[in-house]
Amino acid sequence: MAKVVGLKCKECGREYPVEPLHVCEFCFGPLEVVYDYEEIKRNISREKIEKGPKSLWRYIDLLPVEKPRVGLSAGFTPLRRAERLGEVLGLENLYIKDDSVNHPTLSFKDRVVSVAISKAIEFGFDTAACASTGNLANSVASHSAQAGLDCYVFIPANLETQKIFGSLVFKPTVVAVEGTYDDVNRLCSEIANDLGWAFVNINIRPFYAEGSKTLAFEVVEQLGWKAPDAVVVPAASGSLYTKIWKGLKELKEVGLIDSVSTRMFGAQAEGCSPIATAWKEGRDFIKPVRPNTIAKSIAIGNPADGIYALQTTRESGGDWETATDEEIIEGIKLLAETEGIFTETAGGTTIAVLKKLVEKGKIDPKETVVAYITGNGYKTLEVLEGHLPEPVRIKASLKDFKEKVLAKV
Amino acid sequence: MGITVRVPTPLRRLTDGQGEVEVEARTVKEAIEKLEEMYPGFKERILDENGEVRRFVNLYVNDEDIRFLKGVDTELKEGDVLSIVPAIAGGR
Repeated sequence: MAKVVGLKCKECGREYPVEPLHVCEFCFGPLEVVYDYEEIKRNISREKIEKGPKSLWRYIDLLPVEKPRVGLSAGFTPLRRAERLGEVLGLENLYIKDDSVNHPTLSFKDRVVSVAISKAIEFGFDTAACASTGNLANSVASHSAQAGLDCYVFIPANLETQKIFGSLVFKPTVVAVEGTYDDVNRLCSEIANDLGWAFVNINIRPFYAEGSKTLAFEVVEQLGWKAPDAVVVPAASGSLYTKIWKGLKELKEVGLIDSVSTRMFGAQAEGCSPIATAWKEGRDFIKPVRPNTIAKSIAIGNPADGIYALQTTRESGGDWETATDEEIIEGIKLLAETEGIFTETAGGTTIAVLKKLVEKGKIDPKETVVAYITGNGYKTLEVLEGHLPEPVRIKASLKDFKEKVLAKV
Repeated sequence: MGITVRVPTPLRRLTDGQGEVEVEARTVKEAIEKLEEMYPGFKERILDENGEVRRFVNLYVNDEDIRFLKGVDTELKEGDVLSIVPAIAGGR
């Protein structure tokens, strides 16, 4: 395995072999995959990637997996020029990276899970598991079904019904824990090491998290091998946000692009914004909070990668903004009405935050901006209840149609 | 005050492989001191040089994060469970 050297603690630098480990035995710091970039540089090229599969696996040289085993169609989602939304917001070069249509479970989680389950199979696991706010559970359950693995997903009991059904249909054991995501995560952290299961976001986490880098790779390739000036990313644990930055830097490291000057903007819901709050208060540590927001998919009060997210913001010259529940709903509707894309609450948060950033002059109208839409609105329909107009109900008669529809045109 | 301490995998080398140990303590801080007496080297893995909980360690008393209680001064009573959990996990 020439491209991957091993695992290394991000804090104290201790090295570990490639194993299902996620925490440094000495300082409890997170372990990260270490690559041999010189070796990768010799093997990788734009041409080779462009000839690769139309999925995230075209970037396998920069992923910690030998061979894709599941999720062969994940990734390579559309990067859409968003002219109508851009006009409303005052941006001339706005793009939407649309992972609401990722395969097979309609969120960016299909990226990380394809990588995690492929790795879990490489390690010889026969059971996959995760702690999830919904999207991850959907994806782990789906990929486990495809791979024929036993599957356990742990979710907060109060999740949106559609997201619970979206897991149950794949026939995993769904464990609905009474509590918040942070409670679920704590429980799973305590049991993960004793069970011999592949918990994708616990003991497989160093590999799993690498899958998020493909959201950076694809955007750069789709922009014609150019890094954007600014990106807006929704943040829960802060992992996606930090990995997009890592992905951008890696492309430069292996010589696929010459420079990266992307400013990384993070979006959180006001009712759960431990990272944004730490940033605004100038802290380099996170105070955990108790989530209270409709944006359940990003409601993590105790974000594992929070401090690294803050580092990323400092390094890239970015910033953080938050959105209220009302602004999140408006964000969902604005994206739908202008671009025909139906996203969930995390996407609504991203759009609401993008709007604020432009209003505050943090993003220049001419800059190339990418907003990451990471989940699908059809999974959280219930949040829109009471926020949309009623259908115009008529009898099947020409008279009714004229009076109730045409007369109002 | 009999307290059950749940020990994460990285620290079980210190506790002869035991995932749960019993201590007598009235606060979280005291429990950590007792653990240090029983298993030398335990304390520095949990607390930094200023006596603060290391940033990648989360402590819970009966499933409640001590940062929402009184930190290391959180009181303990007979039968309480103190969990030591690596902070790094998760992501939706």
